[in-house]
Amino acid sequence: MDHQLYMSSSPHIHSGESTGAIMRSVIYALLPTCAVSVYFFGLDALLVLLLCVARCLAAEALCCYLSKQPLTINDGSAAITGILLALNLPASSPWWLALFGSLIAVTIGKQVFGGLGHNLFNPALVARVVLLISFPVQMTRWTAPNPIGSGVDAMAAATPLGEMKTAVMLKGQLPPLAHSSFGDYFIGNMAGSLGEVSALAILLGAAYLFKKKVITWEIPVSYLGSVVVFGGLMWLIDSQIYPNPLFHLLTGGLLLGVFFMATDMVTSPITRNGMLIFGVGCGVITVLIRLFGGYPEGVSFAILLMNGATPLIDRYTRPKVFGRVLHKA
Amino acid sequence: MLSAVLGLGLIGLVAAIALGWASKKFAVEVDARELAVNGVLPGVNCGACGYAGCSGYAAAVAKGEAAINLCPPGGSKVVADIAHIMGVEEQAAEAQIAVVLCQGDQSKATQKYIYTGMSDCNAANNIADGPKQCQGGCLGLGSCVTACPFDAIEITADGLAVISRERCTGCGKCISVCPRSVIRMTPASATVHVLCNSHDKGAVVRKYCEIGCIGCNICKKTVPDAFKIDQFLAEVDYAHADDAAAAIDKCPKNCILDFNNAYPDGSQMKPVSMAPTAPAATRAGKDLH
Amino acid sequence: MKQKTFFGGVHPADCKHYSAAKAIEVCPLPEQLIIPLSQHIGAAAQEIVSVGDRVFKGQTIAKATAFVSVPIHASTSGLVVAIEPRPHSSGKFLPAIVIEADGEDRWDPSLEGLDVALWNSDELRQRIQDAGIVGMGGATFPTHVKLSPPDDKPIDTLIINGVECESYLTADHRMMVEHSEKIIDGIDILRRVLGVKRAIVGIESNKPDAIDCMTKAAETHDITVQALEVKYPQGAEKQLIDAVLKREVPSGGLPMDIGVVVQNVSTVAAVSDAIRLGRPLVERVITISGPAVVDAKNLLVRIGTPMQYLVEQCGGTHYELDKIIMGGPMMGQSQLSLAAPAIRGTSGILLFGHQDLPHIELTTCIRCGRCVTACPLHLLPATIASYAILGMFDEAEKYFAHDCMECGCCTFQCPANRPLVQNLRYAKAGILAKQRRS
Repeated sequence: MDHQLYMSSSPHIHSGESTGAIMRSVIYALLPTCAVSVYFFGLDALLVLLLCVARCLAAEALCCYLSKQPLTINDGSAAITGILLALNLPASSPWWLALFGSLIAVTIGKQVFGGLGHNLFNPALVARVVLLISFPVQMTRWTAPNPIGSGVDAMAAATPLGEMKTAVMLKGQLPPLAHSSFGDYFIGNMAGSLGEVSALAILLGAAYLFKKKVITWEIPVSYLGSVVVFGGLMWLIDSQIYPNPLFHLLTGGLLLGVFFMATDMVTSPITRNGMLIFGVGCGVITVLIRLFGGYPEGVSFAILLMNGATPLIDRYTRPKVFGRVLHKA
Repeated sequence: MLSAVLGLGLIGLVAAIALGWASKKFAVEVDARELAVNGVLPGVNCGACGYAGCSGYAAAVAKGEAAINLCPPGGSKVVADIAHIMGVEEQAAEAQIAVVLCQGDQSKATQKYIYTGMSDCNAANNIADGPKQCQGGCLGLGSCVTACPFDAIEITADGLAVISRERCTGCGKCISVCPRSVIRMTPASATVHVLCNSHDKGAVVRKYCEIGCIGCNICKKTVPDAFKIDQFLAEVDYAHADDAAAAIDKCPKNCILDFNNAYPDGSQMKPVSMAPTAPAATRAGKDLH
Repeated sequence: MKQKTFFGGVHPADCKHYSAAKAIEVCPLPEQLIIPLSQHIGAAAQEIVSVGDRVFKGQTIAKATAFVSVPIHASTSGLVVAIEPRPHSSGKFLPAIVIEADGEDRWDPSLEGLDVALWNSDELRQRIQDAGIVGMGGATFPTHVKLSPPDDKPIDTLIINGVECESYLTADHRMMVEHSEKIIDGIDILRRVLGVKRAIVGIESNKPDAIDCMTKAAETHDITVQALEVKYPQGAEKQLIDAVLKREVPSGGLPMDIGVVVQNVSTVAAVSDAIRLGRPLVERVITISGPAVVDAKNLLVRIGTPMQYLVEQCGGTHYELDKIIMGGPMMGQSQLSLAAPAIRGTSGILLFGHQDLPHIELTTCIRCGRCVTACPLHLLPATIASYAILGMFDEAEKYFAHDCMECGCCTFQCPANRPLVQNLRYAKAGILAKQRRS
């Protein structure tokens, strides 16, 4: 047979970007945070990470097999869900917590909606919230960091946010800072989940994502900005009860949430104004929950709530089409 | 505690009374016959009757605007039921099912080019008249599969659409989306078909398809009543097709197939062992109730 | 010079180095010319010669059949040997007049330029239509129609499109470098036709030599040359007007609705030839390029020359071809073979082998929003495409599927390699079908 030509609709060239490449970039960006968490929390952390990733891949493979669809674990999204879920868990998580969480994340968080691209909520956060509400004890058994080689044993400790919430509720004022400077918060020498602790590692990863153009400025700037503004406002009103904005930025899962979960493409708006509104919404709700809500940490809930609002936001922030007057929704 | 119980109980009572009154006051008058007809229809809302869904058809039947035999998925049972409800004579139409008149998958028919893009026959047909050399042949990209409300069509591994005789209800949606008009509505009782849709001369067809009809007339010579030839393409005359099977072995290109014995190459479907005198549609209708 | 631009767009690799520095070469005459009757937007022309007739170069061989239509001319002198369906760049077989060249290449002796004294808008417009001039940037819209705005749409600016934003193509570039005077003359003629004073030539800044030549030639003619940022699709009419004048063409409207007319530089040069020398459009500059071609060139080609012949003039290909594109790689049409002829709208012929084509895996939409950022018309391509695939054409219409100009920016950027332009075309077809039914 003659050699055949390819024919297709235009265009015939491509920028070269692929879904797989984007996923790989995200995984590389998460590696510093993983490394730091293993350094601070030891082999427990490594075990949690590996378990979550393996289980997420397995869960997705099972779902594909059961629904008779082609295998999709190669696109990397299950691996990312696994890493993000692990980063949301305490280092002392029992093995079954990681397993159960992975199952929830992949099946309920993603596959039942139709797989990659169709889920409404961030899968890792869905799992985290389900675990938090179902197993509050295991999910808040934080350990203090025991860096490898320091000779210190793992012991239970409260996270900075947890301390703050308890102190405000019980004593009516903020506790003295557990650390003398913000430097420790920045590097990660504090109790928390695997991914919460080190701002430095997360920012390194975020810088990589910006460079690779995987994420854009709209959501991080609007989210962080609204946290600073709202948190700062409250701090100005009463600095005895409300911590200063820098404290907000460096503690809890905020940075991880901002750069790796709120910016998740599938569950955030696609229009620029939509992304800004999304970020502001997340920031306001985060601070609200942290300061006035029952939980010490509000990032997961804030992002999930805004994920639910994303289709609505998309609908009402459609850009003005070239050559038309401002359209009505 | 008591005040809470009483208070909630009172609210509940008030709401119940209000809802009951509202349901009576704002009730929509519905013809009882319309409700009954809607009840016997399959409820698939495929639109084959030409109305907007089963409820639309039921309304039209109740008003006397629509014939009672317009529902192919319902089959003769539904016609009988509607006749009973409306108190009219049964007018059973012969059950029909759709057949893809082509066996030229990618292993047998040549392609003009390698197509990349949207998996839709109409979209592909817009690019240089489709990737298949044969202009009448099935493109195998699945527009019919998407259109079929009964999941009755499969695309074989080599890119040929095949319709299940059991699941097809004759609604006709596949026929309206096919850009090649290669799907034809045939009587459900007919099992022998000439699976080709190309009117090109035999010499031309030979070049681009191993299994296409070349218009040699042998089938017509074997069983004159059962076949008609039009522009180098043979077709079964379904009104007189009783002996059509006799021509199958005589066809030099093997394009005549008896669906009682086999489905086209590559298909996962198995033929029904019994002769389908009961219309296939009724079985589908039964599944849906 | 300040660079202007528009919102959105993408940056495909330029790839003009293959041919940007190569001067225009005259392509030798092939033995046979296949001239299709349908080379333009509008009604196809109707033949007025028969098989066996002898024709001159430039002789009208098919007449325009409507206002939005132009006549077709013989590209060389010779014998009409057939009038029948022949391969066409659309992939179909369409009616064409086949002329066997007699080698003498004699112009039709009745052709002559129009005396300047007789210049008036109507006469000039008629000459432009008679010369078969259509938009040579690729759109092939009959030029005389563009130059006939109704009285209630006054024109104040003429914009000349020297942008050539598609990768690989350098035909307009070389025209501006080597024939700047002719282009300026054509601009003057068009200004007379439209009765406008202001004329601006837009050129992308990746063509500094073209900007220099045109600026020099335009010096005494009161024509501005505007450098523009390199971005695709800067050469699209609407984007060009937006960048140069900051005016937006209304959706569903034309540039004349906001007082502008846009013409391609090659079209303008053809206008000059038609009016000054009486010569119809029988040849044009075409870029034959691509990684697979041995010697990329800018050839001056007679309309009707088979693509196969042109590729041979360029030394053939290094390796087996996997795709042939007529036009640019973003909006051009893939070809069934090299048998079809070059026509009035052919700006380029690009040849690609297997390793030159993108092979990105198709995945589901990951809602990354790159298509939204890239779309120069501010549409939501991913959303419209999803509706189109589901057959929900009413919703697709609400998202303004009809405004799409199929520039390809969305598909170019899409990491999931979704065929967005094809989906959008499908949406448009579905919407039209629905409108026709109701």
